[in-house]
Amino acid sequence: MARTASSNRNRLNRGDGAWGYAFIAVALVVYTLFTAYPVVSAFLISFQEYKPLGSTYIGLDNYTEIFKSSLFWKAIGNTVVYTILTVPVALILSFAVAVMIMPLRKWMQTTFKAVYYLPAVASGVALSVVWLWIFDPMQGGILNQLIGAFGIDSQNWLGASSTSMFSLVLMSWLSSHGTSIIIYVAALLGIDDSYYEAADIDGASFLQKMWHIVVPCLKPTTLFLLVTGVIGSFQVFQNAYLMTGGGPDHATTMVGLLIFDTAFKYFEFGEAAAQSLVLALMIGFMAFLQFKFLGKDVEY
Amino acid sequence: MSLYNNQLGNPLFKFVRNMILILLLLLFALATLFPIYFMIISSFGDPVEAGAVSYSIWPGKFTLDSYRFFFAFSEHSYRWLWNSLIVATVIMVSNVIFATAAGYSFAKVRFRGSKFLFGMLLVAMMIPYQVTQVPLYILIVNIFDIPNTYSALILPSLVTVYNIFLAKQFMSSIPNEIIESAKVEGCSQLQILTRIIMPLSKTVMAVMAILTFMDAWNTFFWPFLVTNTMEMQTIQVGLKNFRFANTTYFSPMMAGATISAVPMFILFFSLQKYFLEGVTVGAVKG
Repeated sequence: MARTASSNRNRLNRGDGAWGYAFIAVALVVYTLFTAYPVVSAFLISFQEYKPLGSTYIGLDNYTEIFKSSLFWKAIGNTVVYTILTVPVALILSFAVAVMIMPLRKWMQTTFKAVYYLPAVASGVALSVVWLWIFDPMQGGILNQLIGAFGIDSQNWLGASSTSMFSLVLMSWLSSHGTSIIIYVAALLGIDDSYYEAADIDGASFLQKMWHIVVPCLKPTTLFLLVTGVIGSFQVFQNAYLMTGGGPDHATTMVGLLIFDTAFKYFEFGEAAAQSLVLALMIGFMAFLQFKFLGKDVEY
Repeated sequence: MSLYNNQLGNPLFKFVRNMILILLLLLFALATLFPIYFMIISSFGDPVEAGAVSYSIWPGKFTLDSYRFFFAFSEHSYRWLWNSLIVATVIMVSNVIFATAAGYSFAKVRFRGSKFLFGMLLVAMMIPYQVTQVPLYILIVNIFDIPNTYSALILPSLVTVYNIFLAKQFMSSIPNEIIESAKVEGCSQLQILTRIIMPLSKTVMAVMAILTFMDAWNTFFWPFLVTNTMEMQTIQVGLKNFRFANTTYFSPMMAGATISAVPMFILFFSLQKYFLEGVTVGAVKG
């Protein structure tokens, strides 16, 4: 019996291989041309002095150049500061909002989720244009009016190296957290009621339930959001480019922006490729660290 | 029973607690929605230089002059919207077709090297885009020699690894029995894909279509790199140029930003369900 079944299946699956390849053919071509080839090419270019007509191999010069450059280290420092100031705050905000949404009625939950998601559909360029005016350094600027109400002097938000980084961070705090809120809500709904019932029988308070049930149960979600958040933050380019251009005095030059400048402002393709590979290594290393130290008891 | 004690305590307490929560949630919503609100109300102001206006966060004047000013900036300004529409539509359609086919293939069709190839795709998701941007630019501009064309804008995004991954995740949950019985009935793989799998995967295809269209519409970096005439730019690049050319024109800039964002708002409000679903579809087992 078993033999006939398996030979039947073999007969049914005949020709599947060809279809399998046919279905992935376009994806494979696009992937090879526009992802695999560029990655390999980035490696090669990073050892070259790139010229349109015939590049020359210069060994590790691009890499030594990077590590000698104080601007590169400054960009890494800026990126780290930006990440530390934005990612944890985004996690805490989304977690708090998700918990607060939970006891509300279904239609209210949906409405709030939609409202928090809404800013994410506006393009980064449009939002950067708006924020540029919110940060207007004149006394009549929106943010200056706001802090003026508290008796604080007007600030030159994006124009001063002391406040420019904070301005970008503030913009990120008040951007859309819809995605992580929705993910947290889904995770909260996934916690089995029996945990809460047991806790109620033991007379646990809200905070105790929070700490002993919700936080551990949501650890995989938090880890996922943390890793993706850090990876995203390390690649940040657009806001810095559109809002400050990396200035003033390189106070907001992040690695992503530095790579862009190296490649498309100074046309040092070799050095830019080397910088991007160093960035990729750092991101990979950090993702590894986070899984290793935070993900010990997380199962997937 | 749940995280909150809904049964215990009196109804008044529950009401007050929910009111406080709603108030806090509204405050946070207000803060994140403010830029969009400010953008829209300011876009109806007069197209005069910023020195002459004082911003107000309340709606005041209503005129469409700033919109006219924005469109008058370049003779190609309407074309930016058209370009964005074309590019985003083609990218959306090709992603839905090819990512669905590839996702089905990786999820359900047995062929040699399937695991290995899928692994290769997954590795690509972890590579930051900065690594590929320089070689990709060289490939499109110097080797293929197609800068400033629709092909240059579209080709690299024809089908993304993320969408293939999304489709595969979803289709793995379709029972094998359905496919096997279709085979017994004499369906070819192509018929199975188009007559059985696709109708069953409508949700994931809709999610994919919407998110891909939105990404393509909003993307700034790549169109900015590969276009060099006003005529070929997308609305995002056009808006950026307008901003740098008219640094003091407050209301027209807001009008431009509104123009670039409004199509996505309309899409969002009409297909909200899929947007919100899309977030969890992608994150589950992420």
